[in-house]
Amino acid sequence: MQIAIFGAFEAGVIYAIMALGVYLSFRILDFPDLTVDGSFVTGAAVAAILIVEGVNPILATLAALLAGFIAGCLTGLLHTKGKINPLLSGILMMIALYSINLRIMGKSNVPLLQEETLMTSISNGWKSLGLDESIQAILATIGLSSFIPKTWAIAIIMSVLVLLLKLALDWFLKTEIGLSIRATGDNETMIRSFAANTDSLKIIGLGMSNALVACSGALIAQYNGFSDVGMGIGMIVIGLASVIIGEAVFGAKTIVRATLAVIGGAILYRIIVTLALRVDFLETGDMKMITAFIVICALVIPKMWGQFKEKRSKKKRLLASQQKKTSIKDRGETLA
Amino acid sequence: MLKLNQIYKVFNEGTMDEKIALNHLNLSMNQGDFVTIIGSNGAGKSTLLNLIAGKLIPDLGEVIVADKNLTQASEHKRSRLIGRVFQDPMAGTAPTLTIEENLAIAYGRTHRRGFSLGVTKKRKSFFKEKLESLQLNLENRLSAKVGLLSGGERQALSLLMATFTEPSILLLDEHTAALDPSRAELITALTKKIVEENNLTALMVTHNMQQAIDLGNRLIMMDRGEIIFEADQDRKKGLTVEELLKEFQQIRGGTMTDRAVLA
Repeated sequence: MQIAIFGAFEAGVIYAIMALGVYLSFRILDFPDLTVDGSFVTGAAVAAILIVEGVNPILATLAALLAGFIAGCLTGLLHTKGKINPLLSGILMMIALYSINLRIMGKSNVPLLQEETLMTSISNGWKSLGLDESIQAILATIGLSSFIPKTWAIAIIMSVLVLLLKLALDWFLKTEIGLSIRATGDNETMIRSFAANTDSLKIIGLGMSNALVACSGALIAQYNGFSDVGMGIGMIVIGLASVIIGEAVFGAKTIVRATLAVIGGAILYRIIVTLALRVDFLETGDMKMITAFIVICALVIPKMWGQFKEKRSKKKRLLASQQKKTSIKDRGETLA
Repeated sequence: MLKLNQIYKVFNEGTMDEKIALNHLNLSMNQGDFVTIIGSNGAGKSTLLNLIAGKLIPDLGEVIVADKNLTQASEHKRSRLIGRVFQDPMAGTAPTLTIEENLAIAYGRTHRRGFSLGVTKKRKSFFKEKLESLQLNLENRLSAKVGLLSGGERQALSLLMATFTEPSILLLDEHTAALDPSRAELITALTKKIVEENNLTALMVTHNMQQAIDLGNRLIMMDRGEIIFEADQDRKKGLTVEELLKEFQQIRGGTMTDRAVLA
């Protein structure tokens, strides 16, 4: 059980990078970008093929990031220059990427189990430092000795990476270009009247969003030990789930808080799914249904809760005012 | 500062609904001119502003701002020279960004935006100083989201954002029409102050004839895509709403069908 949740945390942290990308397109640019389903695999495919070819895993991951950026820019071009509806441009790009991903990989599945990947080098490097033992010792002193994961390396290094990306994104969204991108999603008329080219801002924003998604895909491929052409199916929904859960649980008042919430949402989502899959009659194939259910809950419950609270407070106020009236009346009668 | 030569624009050309929005219109404004435009609905006032702003491109004619021919320039390119305040108080600001972030965006109007931080300490004190001039206590709410402000406050902020980088032309599109009377008065006063202090060249569309007479140094009356009456500084001084209406009747031989009559 603990091991399963730990695994969910590890995966969640890596998927959080994808969720940050979805946050950028979906919330900041207000652009429901379905390219994600394709660009996630593009990242995985590019990284996998380069690693198999013997390229350094870090370079391979960076190449994946670039590939995602290009894919996102193309979606942006379809929308801004081709004047195609946002949803449709994303769908078109996603479907085209499916074939492109097959072309990149040459087959539908590229295994990486025998290869030196970012994950194996992190684990090995970590082992030589001997940090796992010291963490274990610390845990033992606080009475958690029963829980021994294979390595802490991936959870810790990936958490650091995600937090660095979060900080970079926070900073970027406060630069002049970042502010303009936020304003583009907010009020296009306004930002155009302040001499900003909304077309290029959208293209850059979508490029960055899909670069993050592809980076996440590349890391997931190395984490799971394979790249598969079908691994991106439903990815946008998972991203949305992370964003929506995160915002509902952790709040989204400021950018700094919202990006943190998205990361938390991605981890929480993985944990919920892991727990759900432990229920006896649910199978692995039910995962997409569980995802849909989680998103529906995250969308509906906060709204219903808000309505319920409003109704309750209204009732209270009504009651209070009625009591006041009757008490005044009573007083009036006694005076008479 | 602004020169419009023979501007001609038709909508729905070749259909039943064909409408000549602007009919070979000429207008020339000097540095520091503040022109108010009145006219009934459909006279072409908004079309005129949209043509200057670049939202529309004229079928014929030239738009020249600060000696640059901008007839074909895209909207975002020419907005380096042009400041705009819209009728809708929501249109001129980004609601989920804070006051200082909105001001930072406006500050970036005149130059190419880069990867430097939008809100810096130095700019903050500059923004504060500018906000103080509005006297709405906004200088103490720099990090409040603009969506939380009232319509009047947002419009005042829009006005400041459009003007503090001193555009070559300021376009005001009925920017007080959507506000309640006291707020409208405040924005009108601010407009007057800001335009005078910075010696801006401004073009204001309004439905309120009294406002058109009170503000600015020139007044233009438009009808059916043409300028039918123009008052210069001297003529404008003694002008009354009744006179304007009479003028319109004499020229067009009809009454002005407009909510402005009530104003």
